[in-house]
Formats: sequence, C-alpha cells, structure tokens
Amino acid sequence: MTKIGLEIHCQLTNLESKLFCPCKANYREYEPNTNICPICIGLPGSLPRLNQKAIEKASMIAMALNCSTPEKIAFFRKNYFYPDLPKNFQITQLNIYGDTSIGGLGYTMVGEKKIRITRVQLEEDPGRLIYEGSSSKNQTTLVDYNRAGTPLVEIVTEPDFENPKQVREFLNILSDLLQNLGVSDPSLEGAMRADANVSIEGGNKVEIKNIGSFHDLEKAIHFEITRQESLYSRNIPIVQETRHWDDRRKITISARSKEEELDYRYFLEGDIPWIRIDKDTQERLQKEMPESISSKKDRYVSKYGIPAQVADVLSSDKFYSDLFEQSHNEKNAKEIANIITTDLMGLVDTREKREQSKFTSKHLEELADAIQSGKITRNSAKNALYEIVKTGKDLTQIIAELDLGNVSDESEIEKIINEVISQEPQAVEQAKKNPQTINYLVGKVMQKTKGKADPKLTLDLLKNKIK
Amino acid sequence: MSLRISALEYVQEVQNGNISAEDYVSKTIEQINNVDENLHAFLQINSEAIDNARQIDKKIKSGKNVGACFGMPISIKDNICIKDSKTTCASNMLENFIAPYDATVISKLKQQDAIFVGKTNLDEFAMGLTTEFSAFGPSRNPWNLDYVPGGSSGGSAVSVSAFECLASLGSDTGGSVRNPASFCGVVGFKPTYGLISRFGLISYANSIEQIGPIARTVKDTAFILNMIAGLDPNDNTTIDNSNQDYLLGIDSGIEGKKIGIIKEMIGEGIDSAVMSATKNAISKFQGLGAVCEEVSLDMVKYSVAAYYTITATEAGSNLARYDNLRYGYDFPVEGYEFNSYISKARRKFGPEVTRRMILGGFVPSSGHAGKYFLKALKVKQKLTQEIDQLFKKYDFLIAPTVPVLPFKIGEKIDDPVALFLVDINTVTANLTGKPAISVPFEISNGLPIGIQIFANSNDDKSLLQAARALESTVKLPEVPI
Repeated sequence: MTKIGLEIHCQLTNLESKLFCPCKANYREYEPNTNICPICIGLPGSLPRLNQKAIEKASMIAMALNCSTPEKIAFFRKNYFYPDLPKNFQITQLNIYGDTSIGGLGYTMVGEKKIRITRVQLEEDPGRLIYEGSSSKNQTTLVDYNRAGTPLVEIVTEPDFENPKQVREFLNILSDLLQNLGVSDPSLEGAMRADANVSIEGGNKVEIKNIGSFHDLEKAIHFEITRQESLYSRNIPIVQETRHWDDRRKITISARSKEEELDYRYFLEGDIPWIRIDKDTQERLQKEMPESISSKKDRYVSKYGIPAQVADVLSSDKFYSDLFEQSHNEKNAKEIANIITTDLMGLVDTREKREQSKFTSKHLEELADAIQSGKITRNSAKNALYEIVKTGKDLTQIIAELDLGNVSDESEIEKIINEVISQEPQAVEQAKKNPQTINYLVGKVMQKTKGKADPKLTLDLLKNKIK
Repeated sequence: MSLRISALEYVQEVQNGNISAEDYVSKTIEQINNVDENLHAFLQINSEAIDNARQIDKKIKSGKNVGACFGMPISIKDNICIKDSKTTCASNMLENFIAPYDATVISKLKQQDAIFVGKTNLDEFAMGLTTEFSAFGPSRNPWNLDYVPGGSSGGSAVSVSAFECLASLGSDTGGSVRNPASFCGVVGFKPTYGLISRFGLISYANSIEQIGPIARTVKDTAFILNMIAGLDPNDNTTIDNSNQDYLLGIDSGIEGKKIGIIKEMIGEGIDSAVMSATKNAISKFQGLGAVCEEVSLDMVKYSVAAYYTITATEAGSNLARYDNLRYGYDFPVEGYEFNSYISKARRKFGPEVTRRMILGGFVPSSGHAGKYFLKALKVKQKLTQEIDQLFKKYDFLIAPTVPVLPFKIGEKIDDPVALFLVDINTVTANLTGKPAISVPFEISNGLPIGIQIFANSNDDKSLLQAARALESTVKLPEVPI
C-alpha cells in the first residue's frame, strides 16, 4: 500500500509583524533587504522578541485541526549553516523532550477519510535565495532577508494518504481552513508550501523537498510512486533518502541519504522563556475563533434551505462566505447565495480581480431585492452585476443607464410575441404539438428584449396565443 | 582634584560645584593616556568624551534636568553594543563591526548622562578568565604588571582599578565579572539572571550570562544597578524588579543573618593565602552579628564540567552567525561555494574560541548529547535544587571568589584544564541564576583576594547590603599605579 505523509509550511500572513521583531510579516511589497532589522538579520547582540499574536494564531490552527494543546510551550534552536539563515540556526519547536510544540496529535477529515496530524509547530521562515547564472560554475546566489523571521506554522501529518488525489483534497480543505481562521492568505505566493514523504509496500520512506506549488506536489508524488514501483518490480532496493523536486525536468533527484542527514544539535532557545497558554487563554481563543466551515455549511442548509452543494461552495471560501454573512437576511438568503455562486464567482475568480472590483455587500443586497420584487430579471441582474463589479455604481443608476428594467407592460410584450410568431411559424407548429418546446419561443422573445421581458408573463402570454 | 574618588563622591562633587565634568573626564583621559600603554585595558578610546563632558557641564549650568551620572566616565566591555562605534569582542572576526544600535544598558546610561570613555579589552567573545585570549593582546594587572588581571572582563576591572574610569560594565558568563574584580581589587557583581537586559550584549552562553557592574565600592555598584536593572521589552528573559532602589538601606548590616560557607569551594587546591583570607572574612561576618556555618553543595564537583558543556553548546550556536556574509572583515565572497567560504572566513576565530566551538559541535550532537549535554543540564538542575534548599535555611552563602591568587601572564595559558579550575567557585551562580558579588578583601604579596557572597534569586538588594557590611570592615592599600 502506498503511504504518503505531508509537511506543510504556512505563513501567518495576516499578522502585522514578524515572529521575533517589528518588521512586516507581509514582506512581499518591499525591495530586497529593506524589510529587515538587527533582530531578523541576526546582528551581534540582538535578541528575539516574541510576537504573542503569533502564538495565539498558531494555537487556533492547532485547535481547528483538533490537536491537543499543551499548557506550556517552548522554542528550540535548529543549528545548521545556510546562507538564507541569518543566525545560522532557526528558532523552531520540537517534541523530543516532551510535548512542547504548540499543537500535538490531531486530525482532520477529508470526506470519510481521517487524516491524522502529528504536530503543529511555530517557527521562523528563512530568507529567500535567488540564483543567477546559467551553469553551476558561474552561478551567483543572491540573498533577500525580507522574508527572514516571518511567522511560519509547520503542520506535519501521519502517512495517511493513499494517493495524490487525497493529498490535493486535503490541501484544499487545509487552505480553506486557514483562510477561514483569518490567519493566512494561502493565495499569496509562497504563503503555503508542502514537502511530502512517500513509501510503497515493502520500501523505505523517501522525502521530497523543494516543491514549488501544490500542482507540482501532485506531480512529484506521482513521479515518486512510479519511480519506486519501477525499482520494486526490478527488485532494486528503495533507499531511505531525501530527494529534491527538479521543477524543470519534472523529476525527483537524490539529495542526501540517511547517513548524510545533518545533525541539527537541537537545544532549548534560552532567549525565549517557556510560554504558558493556560486553560483560560485556550478558552478565550476558542471563543475568538471564527465559525468553522462545516458549521457554516450546516447553518446555510438548515436555516435558509440553501442546497447542500451551493452551501458547500459558499462556506468553504472565506471571501464569499463573509460577503454572504454581510449581505443576507432571512428573506433574501437563497437569492444572495445564488447570485454569489452562479454569477459573482465567475467575475472575481482571481485575487487581482477581487482587489480591483468595486462592489460591496450592499450592492448584493439591493440586487437580490430587485430580483425578488421583479424589478429586474435574473438575466439582467447578471449584466448589472458585471457593471457593479467594474464601476461600483449604484444599482438604480445602472438599471437606468443600461435600460435593464423589466419589460412587464403586456401590450409591449404582446407586440414582440406577435413578431416572433410571424418569424417562426415552424416553431409555433411544433409548440402546438409538443408544449415543452415553447421555451424556444420564450428564448426568442428574451433575445429581442435583451433579457428584460418578465419571463413568467411572457410564457403566460405565449401560451394563450398559440393554444 | 583627585581621580581617586568613588562614583557617588564624583556626583556629590559635581553637584556641589567643586569639580566640573570636563575637568574630571579630561583628567581621566589623561590617566588613560599615561597608564594604558602598559595596562592595555582599552581597545578604543572615545575621542568625543571631553566634548560630551563639556555639553553636560553646560546643561548643569543652564539649570536643565541632568541625569544621575552628571557626566561620570564609564568604560564598557567591548562585547556590549554602543551605536555607531566598533564592537569587536576582541576578535578579528568582528574587527570592523560597527554596531547600528545601543544595548539597553547603554541607552539607559545615556539617559542618565553617563560618558563612555572607551571600550575595554576581554578574552575573545568573553571566553577565558585572564584576558590573554584577546586577539589584540592581554591586559595587565595594575597591582603587578606581570600578572593577569583575570577575565574575561579584564579590561573593565583594570580600568576601574587604575582610575581610568569611575565604573564599568562587564559581562559574567561563568565569573567573568567577579573573577577580574577579585584579581584587580574592585567590586564585581553578577545579578540574578534576568535582572539586567542582555539586549545588545553579544551572546556567548545566553541562558546563563548577565551584564554586571564593576566599581570601586559596593555603593557605586548599587548606584549603577539602579540605572540599568529592570524589565526590557527587547529581552524576553528580563524580570520586573518593581524599580527597586538598591542604594536605599544599603547600610542595614547583616546582624542575625545566617551565612553558609560552601565547603566544596574551600577544598582541594585552594591557595593558603586565600584560605586564610576566607577565615578572616568569616570572623568579620561573625563580628557583624551574622551566624556562619559550613554547608555542602555536593554538585559543585561537577559544576565546571557542566558549565563547559553548556557554554560550548550555546557558543557553538551563538557564534554560528559569524559567517562574514553580512558584516565582519574584508574578505570577498566571489568565486567561493558557501561552505568553503565560511569555513575559510571562520578561521579568523582565535584558538580558545575555536576550541570551544569544536566542543560545542560535539557535546550536543545526536548520539553524544545523552552522555554530555543532557547530563550537564541535569547537573545544572540538581545544583539549582541543592542551592535552593540551602537558601531555605541561609540568607547568604560565601566562598572565595577565586581559590587561587592572580598568576603570571603566560603561566597557565597553555593549560586549559588548569584554567578551567579557576572557575570552580564562580560558575555556580551562573548555572543556578543566583546573584553573586565579589568584594575586595585582602592583599597578599601585593595581589588582591576577593570574597564572594551569594544570595537567592531576586535577593540582589540584601546581597548588596551584605557586601557593603563586609566592605565596611576592610581597608585596602592603594593600588600601586
């Protein structure tokens, strides 16, 4: 049986400052090496200054993953030399000398499958290396320390995945969960990264590192399973090792064997005293945590009668569910859910589009009211929404400017129906024989009115005409 | 005007208008120019010190608020950062490092209008107890120039003893303030762990070290402590001392106090002169109304081994950042692969630092940690339990600061094991986090002997009272400088 485990690193991008200094946690908009200070570049004499907020956010992640949360946590030093590591050690957590990481054993469900979480820990992100030069001979490495010290949560799973598809589903769930908690924006470049370990029946565990995206992660796991199966079928032993994902060639390459593993000389970070997260704090955090995705979904279904599939889509994306929460009331909830999931999602499907868009929850409210009161058709509402997203103008103004108001004047619709009947004699004949095909004629009327004709009225009138 | 006054006397004289800051600081600089060629207490002299003093005099004349130091010249060990000035740790590795910020103790003293006359010599990265391991040459003992001044804050102790400043800040990882204070006949104080912010102190073994004042009197020590102690948001290990005034009630005496004499610190290998000084100190304490009896601190016999294991482990990690990539000395990286570059760049470390880093790479490594590092931590824990037990019964513990007299320069430098044993009486305070002070007590053959007093954590104030009581019984000859 194939066994896959994950090690996910997620930046707490929504925090104001880095884990141990006042520099910005969101380093992305800065010129290289400008979001730095004596602490995060490890100048002599500097000491880490713990960001308490990071402890709270990481605790929330642990709780949301059903982990045990010890009352006392500690930080450790992981010692190794690397140019992206200003102090040449990383401040991280460890469970060797007792459970002192922020989260212990937990689990999360992927459909019916239970994925066990081994631990959740808080640590500092290293800087970023940028390689220049084509061959290894004339390669130059540039270091940007803007990222160094960014709060990073490491989530380690048990090897409970059986295939890459489960991995993808899990990562989607995790990504939604982190976003819903308001701790991170996984859509930011590099905000969420994952390493995998893969083993097949009868083989040793192989770790794959250096995977750039979740898309590549799936590919890397696929490749690794195939590679290991091929070795196994030829009776070649699978060695326990760390392999790097080669992004260009889409293969894994041996990096180091178990014998060559670095000795990190872990020991307690004396500059940060033990941190108590007592029962009261845990209860407070539990209360401050936003409603979980599954609870939202249940509520949408049971309270508003929103179809399960729509509720699922709506609840799992924080951006849309926040919008829903802000704009809905008992009367319009279903309509709003509908507008969001069928129309809006297509209009603001990327981060950039969301940032550029001008609409507010108030717009959605007005739109739903207009549809429900018959002011505009669903079809026109879609056009109006497009304008709203683009311009942020008032709905009434858009209806006027684009002439989107419903045509519910009987005589006017009748005039158009007569036109259609004279142009489509064949369809009329068919509709007489088979009443279901009348929709084709309704469509023609809609076309002529640019979708503004009241569909119910049109249908009634048409039925009368061709009876 | 004499340089030979205490820090508090200086404040008094300036306040009374008897002397000006400029006069005193100028004379101090003159003294440095006269004596430091032989003593080598300083690595750098602040060329603006006299100008700074003039500014403070102006402030005093104009009736503006003046800080408690009134332009007092203070020297600073060269492992504590002063903004825009070189901080070398007496290492070639940092020979060009200019600190871009002030250590917390420095900003606090600046606020009180102290003047930093210069940065003082030390064993490279504070690793040593003679100042001989400075990359820039040893300091010399003002009592006898052939002798070591102790270390690692040797330059600080020398500068205080030789009137090159009124007080100094050193750092104490295993006795580095108390040891040179004892060898140079001045007061050296290692506070409770966390009482003084370490922000800006270049770490050697961060879990046990503290900045500590070196001064000519116990009162001066308390005066300096008042200004630099307390909670600091930049150092998460600092403790809230509720703004205690350590000078207030410093003459309270020690009548009725119980004092334990640590048996293991006056045992094998102790110099007979040091032993007799200790006995004299005990009778002085008794004369002051304290009750003294011998006590045992069994774990002391393992303390030096544990100390070197822990400090090497932390040093190996703390000094790993010196890869010369972001600061350091001129050595271009072009054409090197990372690992070959840093191994070459790091050859600038001196022999003692290298020795401890190699040790630090080994003792906590997987497969060996259980035998060394983890065992050392266990000793630390047991020693702390033992001393905590003693403090349930005793107010203070005493022992000679160093079991031997100062020795000649070069005498022990090639014998690391002999040097290590000089630490036996001082490392306990660091391993247990307790405050300890060295009080100059006797001169034997022209060389000073200090008596060490320990107190329980956060009892720094009563410790200073006990030290003051002992000091009041002592009259030492003038330092022959």
